[in-house]
Amino acid sequence: MAAGLHSWAGRRLGWLALVAALLAPFVNASPYTLSVLTSAALFAMLAVGLNIVVGYCGLLDLGYAAFFAIGAYTSGVLSTRFDWPLLATVPVVVAASVLAGIIIGGPTLRLRSDYLAIVTLGFGEIIRITANNLSLTGGPSGIYGIPGPSVFGLDLGSPVALYFTVVVVLALAVVAAGRLGRSRIGRAWRFVREDEDAAEAVGVHTYKVKLAAYIAGAIWGGLAGVLFGAQLSAISPQSFTFLQSALVLMAVVLGGMGSNPGVIVGAVVISVLPEVLRGAADYRFFVFGVLLIAMMIFRPQGIWPHRVREVVDRDDEPFAVPPVDSAPASEVPR
Amino acid sequence: MTQLIWNGIFVGAFYALVALGYSMVYGIIKLLNFAHGDIYMVGAFAGFAMIGLLGSVSAAATLPVLLVVLVAAMLLSGAGGLLLERVAYRPLRGSPRLSVLITAVGASFALEYGMRLVAGPNPRVYGLRLEGSSVELLGARVSMQQVALVVVAVALMIALQYLVMRTRTGRAMRAIAEDSTASLLMGINVNAVISRTFFIGSALAGAAGVMAGAYYGKIDFLMGFVIGLKAFTAAVIGGIGNIKGAMLGGLTLGLLESLGTGWLGGQWRDVFAFGFLIVFLVVRPTGILGERVTERV
Repeated sequence: MAAGLHSWAGRRLGWLALVAALLAPFVNASPYTLSVLTSAALFAMLAVGLNIVVGYCGLLDLGYAAFFAIGAYTSGVLSTRFDWPLLATVPVVVAASVLAGIIIGGPTLRLRSDYLAIVTLGFGEIIRITANNLSLTGGPSGIYGIPGPSVFGLDLGSPVALYFTVVVVLALAVVAAGRLGRSRIGRAWRFVREDEDAAEAVGVHTYKVKLAAYIAGAIWGGLAGVLFGAQLSAISPQSFTFLQSALVLMAVVLGGMGSNPGVIVGAVVISVLPEVLRGAADYRFFVFGVLLIAMMIFRPQGIWPHRVREVVDRDDEPFAVPPVDSAPASEVPR
Repeated sequence: MTQLIWNGIFVGAFYALVALGYSMVYGIIKLLNFAHGDIYMVGAFAGFAMIGLLGSVSAAATLPVLLVVLVAAMLLSGAGGLLLERVAYRPLRGSPRLSVLITAVGASFALEYGMRLVAGPNPRVYGLRLEGSSVELLGARVSMQQVALVVVAVALMIALQYLVMRTRTGRAMRAIAEDSTASLLMGINVNAVISRTFFIGSALAGAAGVMAGAYYGKIDFLMGFVIGLKAFTAAVIGGIGNIKGAMLGGLTLGLLESLGTGWLGGQWRDVFAFGFLIVFLVVRPTGILGERVTERV
């Protein structure tokens, strides 16, 4: 019953957030506000995608910007060089993201988590340097003149229309991620995160399950990339550095790994705070770094942690931190 | 061709020095110290500050002065590593790997942008550059400063090998790598030994930082990021946790990069290195010298 209550409250909060996001342009629709809001929504989309990989499944991906770049470049190249409408590039982007997820995840997901982290970091750098050196991707100056999206002749390229488009896509992405998280595969992801060996022992095919998380994260990132290209109408390798990957990770950690409302809050904080604190720009990344350390030491569960928790039994780790935010007894599956 | 090989050995010596710290820390507490490359950067800046304190130096005394600066910078970066371990990593010992990795990413950021606050965003020019004639050796052009830097690097590695294999501290390190709980029960002060490991590894990275500054003549606050990745790659190629492996891996990576640059062009150098890392991890995850270890979770 308690779980039902939570999910009901969560759903109501979700609707409230969506309504607030849709009403925001009616309060202030200056181009600056709209661009900040659109960027925040795109960033939230990235955070929700990375949350599937890091939060649900416990795989640290330090090169998430690579998938963002693959989405943005695939749709950018198709729409500017081959004159495809933006919407038509979406299936290709999804295919490219899945392929990239398999290429990087396929061989490396058998490795231990810290190897995976550094390999994804290397992968992110490879993608960025490749985009920087190929003539197809426009080299260091990138691609410009990417058209805005349009649906059935309806032009969605104006800042306001684009903002609403991004919010709607974000809402769908959040709902999809939430449903995936509650589904059979979502439970398998959490099981792998908590104890991979035990999951393997009871018959979860951990390799396939991890690859699925990877591919899902790649698709979310790729779709965010399409919208990113449409928003700025230009992309260049500088948008897809390690810094970008680290910022998205920061949003996920800050909000609470595994919790969709949490990572959205984290993403909004991370993307809007610098705009508020323009004067403190020099301190920004330093503070981010210190904050990451402090969060891990003092509040590893984030601002808004995931509510329902599996029972954690860690007798074999004498120094293990006790599970934070323990769930009420009624929610513990027996 | 000979030129490419010599360049490869030279760059490889840098990679090996940084890789040693990665490998030692990983070998002992299975922590991937993500901020290790930034300790290298801290070492380079510490050397820069020392040179600023010393003022102008006559050309004849460059090498002795460089050695003094090197030692001082090693002490400073070693202390930096010690502090990092105490503040960021020790409170998290025993928590999930993911938390520790994220902490390491945070530490890397804090070091990079902390240095940016202190030293400013622009590259700094190293005041101390080794001058020297270059000699022809088997058809390759080799400058005396390159020789001097390789000699220093090799001397440091020999000293480290001696320390790990012949001293009490070294034996304690190897014992902890084998089984830290048992070491604790046998009366080894595990925390103290881990601190010492961090100090030594960071000091070696700091030495590499000063050498890079003296050789390339320019340093900046982001210089540690790519070197850290490369050093990790070198450590993996050699077999992570293995000291000889780190040296061998550094040289291998240096040679591969140098030859790859010769064939493909310099802009693809990093792609080559990271691609190699991925291939290597897939084909032989334990590295050249690593033996098969049973997974300890």
